[in-house]
Amino acid sequence: MSEEIRLMKGDEAIGEAAVRAGCKAYFGYPITPQNELTAYMAKHMLDKGRTFIQAESEVAAINMVYGAASTGARAMTSSSSPGISLKQEGISYLCGADLPCVIVNVARSGPGLGGISPSQGDYFQSTRGGGHGDYHTIVLAPKSVQEAADLTYEAFSISERYRIPVLVLADGLIGQMMEGVVFKDEIDPASLPPEPFAVGHQAETGRPNRHVTSINLVPEELEKQNIVRFERYGQVKKELTRYEEVQVEDADLVLVAYGTAARVCLGALQDARRKGLKVGLFRPITLWPFPDAAIGRLAGKGSRFLSVEMSMGQMVEDVRLAVNGRAPVDFYGRCGGMVPSEEEVLAEIERILGKRS
Amino acid sequence: MTEKTYMAGFGGQGIISLGEMWVFCAMKEGLQVTFFPFYGAEKRGGVARASVIVSEKEIASPLVTRADSVVIMNQDSVPIAEEVCRQGGLILVNSSLVKKDPDRPDARIIRIPCNEIAERIGDVRIANMVMMGALSKATGAIRLENLEPVLKSFFPEKKHALIPMNIAAVEAGKQAV
Amino acid sequence: MEAAYSHPKSLVPVQSKYCPGCGHGIIHRLIAEVIDEMGLQARSIITNPVGCAIWADLYFDFDSVQPAHGRTPAASTGIKRMLPDHLVVCYQGDGDLAAIGTAETIHAANRGEKFTTIFVNNAIYGMTGGQMAPTTLVGQYATTAPYGRDPDVAGMGYPIKVCELLATLQGTKYLARGAVNNPVNVKKTKKYIRTAFEAQMRGEGFTMVEILSQCPTNWKMSPVQSVEWVESSMIPFYPLGEIKNTLQPDPAAAAAVKPAGVR
Repeated sequence: MSEEIRLMKGDEAIGEAAVRAGCKAYFGYPITPQNELTAYMAKHMLDKGRTFIQAESEVAAINMVYGAASTGARAMTSSSSPGISLKQEGISYLCGADLPCVIVNVARSGPGLGGISPSQGDYFQSTRGGGHGDYHTIVLAPKSVQEAADLTYEAFSISERYRIPVLVLADGLIGQMMEGVVFKDEIDPASLPPEPFAVGHQAETGRPNRHVTSINLVPEELEKQNIVRFERYGQVKKELTRYEEVQVEDADLVLVAYGTAARVCLGALQDARRKGLKVGLFRPITLWPFPDAAIGRLAGKGSRFLSVEMSMGQMVEDVRLAVNGRAPVDFYGRCGGMVPSEEEVLAEIERILGKRS
Repeated sequence: MTEKTYMAGFGGQGIISLGEMWVFCAMKEGLQVTFFPFYGAEKRGGVARASVIVSEKEIASPLVTRADSVVIMNQDSVPIAEEVCRQGGLILVNSSLVKKDPDRPDARIIRIPCNEIAERIGDVRIANMVMMGALSKATGAIRLENLEPVLKSFFPEKKHALIPMNIAAVEAGKQAV
Repeated sequence: MEAAYSHPKSLVPVQSKYCPGCGHGIIHRLIAEVIDEMGLQARSIITNPVGCAIWADLYFDFDSVQPAHGRTPAASTGIKRMLPDHLVVCYQGDGDLAAIGTAETIHAANRGEKFTTIFVNNAIYGMTGGQMAPTTLVGQYATTAPYGRDPDVAGMGYPIKVCELLATLQGTKYLARGAVNNPVNVKKTKKYIRTAFEAQMRGEGFTMVEILSQCPTNWKMSPVQSVEWVESSMIPFYPLGEIKNTLQPDPAAAAAVKPAGVR
């Protein structure tokens, strides 16, 4: 079904995509710059007779997700950086109990209370697990309102397929800007098949008891559980790793950037190409799993790299691991809510390529 | 074609709705669009700015740092135009409120008395629509033809009675260029 | 011949890990008996808390969810909202409910979430080895109150009366306090649990039964001494009875007006 294109704020488009994906329960707590998302969910979830709760805290919200996800329902929460920090306890438990859910971070600048302007300073928190214990969440990083909607929609089924929480990592710019967006078909939550782990409805099936838990005090068993989970992570790396490449084939310098920073880099790339500089762009769409093999291939072809981020340099560590010493890796970043301009990145490109020749 | 526009004025002048309507109309004309608003901390009377891009191809950075065109709705915003307009770019000035032009000899500066034109049509609050008409004519980025169905899908139904006046403002803005 | 007394169906027939004289076993049994009587075994979910009762999933013969410490009411909220026709039992200890999870408790109660909290108050942290609880009595010893709980000098605060605290909230419909230190109190406590579960299934609002329970191990008493201590020290401070009951006066009549399933 082809739908009309709609002009929407990123925050609201994420909300609409979640509703259409059959999200049955949303729990949130106000924080800028994602308040429009919580308000959108309040209106549209209640209109559809689904569950919306403005929780007493982000801690409570993520644990409400834990409860709702235990029943097999599509459950979601959203917040911005400081609130995502509060959710980390719950995310660790969700991962320990192998429950699917969707978490949206419309990231702002930190540390601490920081500012409300866009930032990519949550890369480490997002890709390294964020809470205690051995685990990862799948991390999807949209670059536009359309992609924020598409990835949020798909996040629910990805999360269910692997029984791993999916984090959609946007930033305040993507949350607050308006762009055209076309939505996918609406899924009726009642049409979704029951989950094999879900508690409830024993009466209808007579099945054995189910226990949703993350505790195991027997080290041999807990180790085994973690190993099994990491085998699943291996499968995720094989099947889910996504990225976009722009003009990397002949590039002397490959810009590596995600989300908003990748948009800036695309502009810088176009300017650089006009000046005859062979610049490419590599944009990870999955931050975890990180597309390290694809970056490794480019490193083998003789490109050097420039990681451009709205942070003091976080993803650059993954780029260096992927490149593994085969090529120089530089970093350019702005932080504190500053977004690099295309001109700044172009100047950095010229500096690096000039230095090389 | 890519037109990057920076819009600036004070809160209450309809800068945000101007930006939103500009990209909405562009989207209806089949273009890719992006619109990012900036507000002051104040709910009323603070600065209001919008970063607006319409293009035939994928839009790179959503933030306009080197504008093809700048819309200046009040005197306080003149330094913004001086700073953000690209070499040889276009600056549209609301001459009703801007008495001293931006100091950019390289730029093409067009003066539109938006408030006066809007008052003549019937309401000073549609000065932003006058400016939208002027921007479309001066840049050629979007045509703003057959606006009625577009505005009908933009405005909620209770505001549909105001559409003819808005269209008149856009037309008057085009003619003022 | 009909058996007058047997093992509840809703309890797995295994020996528990609880210490001799511990109140959890009796409380588990009461919950299971009421669930059996109401025919809800296959439609019940218990959230087992961090604390000694974390092993409740070994004993209750139906589904369970194990949330983070103190987040039990938030998780129960999520479960009950998704499964409104199920009995959701939010089992909590005093640390879980009245210390780390105070916010979740108060707000679930205030929203009138339609699950039942079973609040086991034994005035001590059991699993971690006898630390001071928010409900520890003034003067009572704990590993972290080595000279006894001292609200003034050592800034340890005062024991929290949770039923009375929650009674001011409009979302709470039934708050009762029982004890399991003698057969009379056990029978009354069972009645409270039944009333709360029935109110939950009618969807009336937040219901809670606080149960004063003995912890001989961490109190460093014999089981006999511990049930006596509940009577002599706890009950005078934590009065037993229905602290708040704003349930429909006649459930049968209310049910006639508002049929089950219609909200």
